[in-house]
Amino acid sequence: MKMTEVGYIRRKLTNSLMLGLSGIAAALCIIILALILVHTLIQGISYMNPDFLTQPAKPVGEAGGGMRDDILGTIILVALASLIALPVGVLAGVFLAEFGSPKVASAVRFAADILAGVPSIVVGVFAYAILVRPMHSYSALSAGVALAIIMIPVVARTAEESLRLVPNSMREAALALGITRWRAVLGVVIPGAITGIVTGIMLAVARVAGETAPLLFTALGNAFGVQGLLHPIGALPLQIYRYALSPYQDWQQQAWAAAFLLVILVLGINIIVRWVSGRKSM
Amino acid sequence: MKIDDAIARSPQSGKKQAGSSEKSLGDRIFFNTTAFFAFSIVLILVGLVIALYVDAVPAIEKFGWFSFISSIEWDPVNDIFGALPAIYGTLLSSAIGLIIAIPISLGSAIFLAELAPAGIRRAGSFLIEMLAAIPSVIIGLWGLFVMVPVIRDPVEKWLGSNLGFLPLFQGPPFGVGFLSAGIILAIMIIPIITAVSREVMRAVPNTQREAMLALGATRWETIFRVVLPYCRSGLIGAIILGLGRALGETMAVTMVIGNEYRLTDSLFSPGVTIASKIASEFAEASGDVYIGSLVQLALVLFGITLLVNVIARLLVWRMAGNKVAGE
Repeated sequence: MKMTEVGYIRRKLTNSLMLGLSGIAAALCIIILALILVHTLIQGISYMNPDFLTQPAKPVGEAGGGMRDDILGTIILVALASLIALPVGVLAGVFLAEFGSPKVASAVRFAADILAGVPSIVVGVFAYAILVRPMHSYSALSAGVALAIIMIPVVARTAEESLRLVPNSMREAALALGITRWRAVLGVVIPGAITGIVTGIMLAVARVAGETAPLLFTALGNAFGVQGLLHPIGALPLQIYRYALSPYQDWQQQAWAAAFLLVILVLGINIIVRWVSGRKSM
Repeated sequence: MKIDDAIARSPQSGKKQAGSSEKSLGDRIFFNTTAFFAFSIVLILVGLVIALYVDAVPAIEKFGWFSFISSIEWDPVNDIFGALPAIYGTLLSSAIGLIIAIPISLGSAIFLAELAPAGIRRAGSFLIEMLAAIPSVIIGLWGLFVMVPVIRDPVEKWLGSNLGFLPLFQGPPFGVGFLSAGIILAIMIIPIITAVSREVMRAVPNTQREAMLALGATRWETIFRVVLPYCRSGLIGAIILGLGRALGETMAVTMVIGNEYRLTDSLFSPGVTIASKIASEFAEASGDVYIGSLVQLALVLFGITLLVNVIARLLVWRMAGNKVAGE
């Protein structure tokens, strides 16, 4: 009788200890998130000023200056990447969800998952090999292609998932009206899945907006501002990296301000997208 | 459900052959367009391997695979390159990252999947997804200016004076080095391991838990003896998926690892990873052999992550179906 009672107490104690530890683990994740966010926001706000948004960078040693060109560069690169990745990703998703035979579709799906797992720096080397090297110039174009390659599998897989959620009765109803398959897909199935597709696109945009590794030797950065798609171009994350590793305090402060801007952009997209899609699905 | 199935299911389809004969011109064009874009994903993947290989040829011809991987030299002046310190650094920093991340991620996943009430579960999952969304370069910035000073003193000083008899914890505390890189990697892979683990734990049927609880088990015993063993392969998949991320992670690691090309058993020492080596030197590299060696490094990294990701996908697919969370 005594023994079982001791065993019982021990089991109860182990139970509360382990459950408590798992709660602490979860709390720890959130504390880390808070530490990073709070520090970035406080540092960033204190160095943020109108010049930062509207002025081009100043040379070493001169105080002031901003990241206008790099902000512009990030917008251009993300737009370029989206322009390439959206048609490819969405239509590949349509193929996977609507047309592909099970074997072909699963092969493509597997390739997409593998591509999504390729380290972004390796994608950068690939863009360097196929664009920078043959053209003998770092360029916004090569950086846009690198970012597009990162976006495509994400967009394709989320488009496929959302298309699958469209009830089959909608397809049957559309076809029963006598319209062709392509019009049924474009006019009925895709509009039915549009929230999910847009969610995937926005999350992919948020992800590549902060990508740095593939830009290091494609976009390279450009001290003379934005000169066109076939010239090097600056980008916010690239400039954070450069300035963070620079010995100048002024630059390090600008790195924090840029980080602040990037965090607002990336987390802002994430929060809005999840809020909108969450409200719709609930 | 596919649109062709909708046609195949119609009462008319038995008479005529459902399928391609009925498709209009527009249908064929649309089908071929989507098929083209879908296959372009496969083409990109194949093209990536070919393009990397072609650019790496000068290095492959000069060093071969084996001596490239086993040599520790990196000498751009004399054009002699070996990958061992970078491969070692990649594996070591990822291992540290995993050792830190596994207990924290599994703990959080257990909390979120098994214990937390719905409201807290949703909020917690959301916050952990936000951690995953922070760009790598910002985590690196924070790591460099906020975390590294703390790691140097008190963490490394304390480890050095209390566990200094282990070779791992010997040497001067630099702050930047393998330990910092490992901790940063842990922060970056905790969200994905947590999200996928939570998903596979949710996939364990409730009857399993109910049976165990009905036998008088505590909640922890239920989790430890039933839930975790039931989804073991999925959990291993989640961890390997995290490992895949850690191996290829670039910016944050480059910023806190110190970039020193050598083999060392001290965790306090600065080092390199494959990704950080490519990131810090590629733009300045000149000459076919130098660039080729960096591309060959990229091929090695591609090979390692490919292997790791394929294993992880197979394990997670088997457990939670085709849908992988945290993507």
